[in-house]
Formats: sequence, structure tokens, C-alpha cells
Amino acid sequence: MCAEITCSAFQVHTSDNVATLLGEAGGGALVSVVGPAAGSVVEAREKIQMGHKIALAEIAEGAAVQKFGVAIGVATSRIAPGDWVHLHNCRSQLDEGSSALDLHTGVRKGAQHA
Amino acid sequence: MRERSWAGYLRKDGRKGIRNHLLVVYTVECASFVAQEIARGEENVHVIGFPGCYDNDYAIRLMLVLATHPNIGGVLCVGLGCEYTQPRVIAEAVRESGRPAEWFFIQERGGTRNSIELGKGHLRTLRTQADDDAVRVPMGWADLTIGAECGGSDGTSGLAGNPVVGRAYDHLVDLGGTAIFEEVVEMIGLRDLMIGRAASSEAAVQLGAAYDKAVSYCKAVQQFSIAPGNFAGGLTTIEEKSMGAFAKSGSRAIEGVLRVSEAPPRAGLWLLDSVPDSHFMQFGYTNPNDTEGIMDLVATGAQIILFITGRGSVIGSAVAPLIKVTGNSRTYKNMTEDMDFNAGRILSGEISLEEASVELMDLIADVAGGQTSKPEGLGHREFFLMYKHQDAPSLSAGCRQ
Repeated sequence: MCAEITCSAFQVHTSDNVATLLGEAGGGALVSVVGPAAGSVVEAREKIQMGHKIALAEIAEGAAVQKFGVAIGVATSRIAPGDWVHLHNCRSQLDEGSSALDLHTGVRKGAQHA
Repeated sequence: MRERSWAGYLRKDGRKGIRNHLLVVYTVECASFVAQEIARGEENVHVIGFPGCYDNDYAIRLMLVLATHPNIGGVLCVGLGCEYTQPRVIAEAVRESGRPAEWFFIQERGGTRNSIELGKGHLRTLRTQADDDAVRVPMGWADLTIGAECGGSDGTSGLAGNPVVGRAYDHLVDLGGTAIFEEVVEMIGLRDLMIGRAASSEAAVQLGAAYDKAVSYCKAVQQFSIAPGNFAGGLTTIEEKSMGAFAKSGSRAIEGVLRVSEAPPRAGLWLLDSVPDSHFMQFGYTNPNDTEGIMDLVATGAQIILFITGRGSVIGSAVAPLIKVTGNSRTYKNMTEDMDFNAGRILSGEISLEEASVELMDLIADVAGGQTSKPEGLGHREFFLMYKHQDAPSLSAGCRQ
């Protein structure tokens, strides 16, 4: 787990409202943002795994989750800065199945073979 | 970006190669052992071939364009003697391209040992001819065609590995070169974005059609290119995964869509459609592994392939050198002998995306100038080809002017 001040998250595009954790962040960890718009710090409101997304700004329900400078999905509830952004609060604009997946394993809920 | 120049090989069709390899081509699986043994221990001899006894238009087209690829100086075709694909026809096409070529049937030459001995003799003659015929000329960025593919991707691929290739593609296109990317099935969700990058209304139509076919394909085979491991690794939507893959296309306008074995008619950025066309056996399968995707890129005439990996990969390529880029510094350290370029330094803040792309372009020029890439130095020269049904590129396609 990252020590509080060494945890960082990579923001791809200046217009992105999420960044990708480069290490695991514990709840309350201060995460420094690196990438094109480096410099800011956001406090993780919960434990977030490496490779997962942390919100950099407030995202209203129904608003676009922005990464790579484009909408990669839509917020299904209000997201606060520092929140973990994943299947529980963000859905695909195309693939309706993604909201029916287990939050931690990504496996389809109720899948017969799981 | 500085100008670079190196010595290449001018071919009779006006294209320039960065290597002067010899190629052994087998025309059925039954001839593959002899072909591999002929090439064993021989410097700069690569082997390609088709396993099927019944031929396939797509596979024949691909072998013909590889046998007359700018990096190839001479060709030996080896058949068993009863297959549909005729080594004589391939050898004649190679000779017509201005390169030396030989062919024989194993059944007419008395079996394994005699055929290997005969083949090695042909290689000696072909090598002398290829060396004598070599016309060395200066080459620069505008003479280069580069292909890019990713495999063994992880969370770093979309953040660093693919973006640094995309930025290098921007430089290459601005310098008058040609850049090709593929994997339309990994662009699901990006239809509007792709069409928004079209260089012309014709290109927009082609991009839309390639996208729609890829969606139909994914639905028909019931497989979208996203898996539980992707979600567990932090990817939330197909759009997010697609954007990571699409990042390797950079930001320049897309000139149009190429089909497999079609050379780009002019410089610029092109999308390669390697997805099968629907026909009487439905779609069949698209590329079953990274190597066939790489071969499709080489078949556009690309002299160099960029391969982006996160978790790691130990493949190379026949015909065109492979340069391996990883966005994962840990993978770079673990597999240093296989990895040419560490884009993970972008994520750690050691280097900017722009600086990394300039460094990558310099490495590309070094390899073009004769420096061996890591996979090349290790002796990798993988080749894979299977049955696939794709209609022949149409000469009246909108991308031809």
C-alpha cells in the first residue's frame, strides 16, 4: 500500500475528471496527480486498488465520466472527489451488461459457471 | 524531431527496404519441416508458409505480398508436390518483381535429406544474387511504413505504451511517413470518434463500414473484447478499454481503411481491417493470436512493427523487425532482454510523453539503419497464417485516387 504522500494517480488528459492509481491507496491517503495536468492532490475517500480510477472532481448523476479526454461512461450516482469510480457508480453508454457485473471480480452476477 | 537518414535497399517497384532478407516459403504443412531445416543456421533467412493443402485466396495474397516485401531480397519456394498452392507460381511472381527466386517439389527430389541439401544450395545462389542486386540508397522518414499492434496488455498500455506510439505516429505522419494501426474489434464504442478523425468523406464511409462489420462480428461470435480480468484490473466500460487501444493511432486524420495485403496508396495514417468478411461459412475467426495480426501489418509493406505490451511478450516477427514497447517499468526490468523501450518512465514522471516519443522515433531510425531490435537479436522470426475469408481489396475502393 502507498504511504500517504507517495501515492500517485495518472491523469491522461487535462479534461479528465478521473485518474488511474499507480499503486494501491488506503482510505484517507493523499494521492498526488501526475500526467499532463500534474500538480494537484486528492484525498482518497476509500481504499482504491492499483489500476482503478479515483475521481478528481465532483461528477453529478447522469454526467460523463471523462478519461482520455472523452466520455468513457456515465455516473449512475453522485460521485465526490476522492471516490473510487467503477461498476457501482459508472455505466457504459453502450454495453448494458456492465452494470450487472460483480464489483470486485468483474464476473457476471448469477453466472451459471461462476 | 530531427531528420534522420540511413542506407536502405531500393526495390524495382520503387519501394525501399531496411533489410535484405531471404525467404523460404512452404506451400503446405507437409513441406514445413524441410523448409525449416533449409533455413536452420542460415543468417537472415526467414520462413513463411501456409499449412493448408486446400488453398485460400486470403492466404495466397498474403504470402505473395510477403515474398515481394521491401525487406526481402530473394525467395525459395518449397512444395511437397500434391497441394493446391503452386510454388512455381509464387517463384514466378517474385521474379517478376525483380528478385531472384527458385522453387522445387520435395516429391521430385528424393525426400528429406536431398531436399534440405538442394535447398541450402539454392540459398547460397540466392544470397549471392541478392547481394549483387542490392541497390543501396538513402532513406528517411518519408520512406518508412510502420505498423503497430498491442498484446499482453495491462493497465499501463492505455496510459503510456499506446499513447507513446500514438505520439510517435503523429511525428511520423507529420514527417511524410506512413503509419498503420489495426484491431477494429478493440474500438467498439468509438464509432463517432473514429469517423470524426476521417481525412475525407470517403474515409468516413470506410471507417463506419469497418466499425459496423466489427460490431456484427462480435455479436455473431458472441465475444466482445473485454473480460472479467479487465474489470478486476480497473477498467469499467468497453469505451474505456477501447480508448486505451485506440490511443496508439495518435491524433492525426485517418486517410482510409486498408484490407489485408493491401499497400497504402499514399502516405499518412491508415486503419487496417483484419476482421473476416461474412460469407457462406459465416465470419470464421479473426486473428487467433498476436502473430497473425503482426503478419497482416507486415503485409501492408510495413518495414518495422511496433508491439506494445504491458504484462510482457516474447514474440518477434518474420520479414520485418519488431520493436517492443512496454508501459510497465516492472515488465521492462523483468524482461529487459526482450524489451526495446520503457514507456513506464512516463508514468513515474521521469520523462514526458513528448520526450518519450522523440526517443522512440530515434530508436526506430536506429533499427531502420541496421541496429538489431531486441526480438531480432534473440533470433525471433515468428510467422502464423490460417484460413480466413476476406474479399480482395477493390481497386475502385474510395481510398484510391
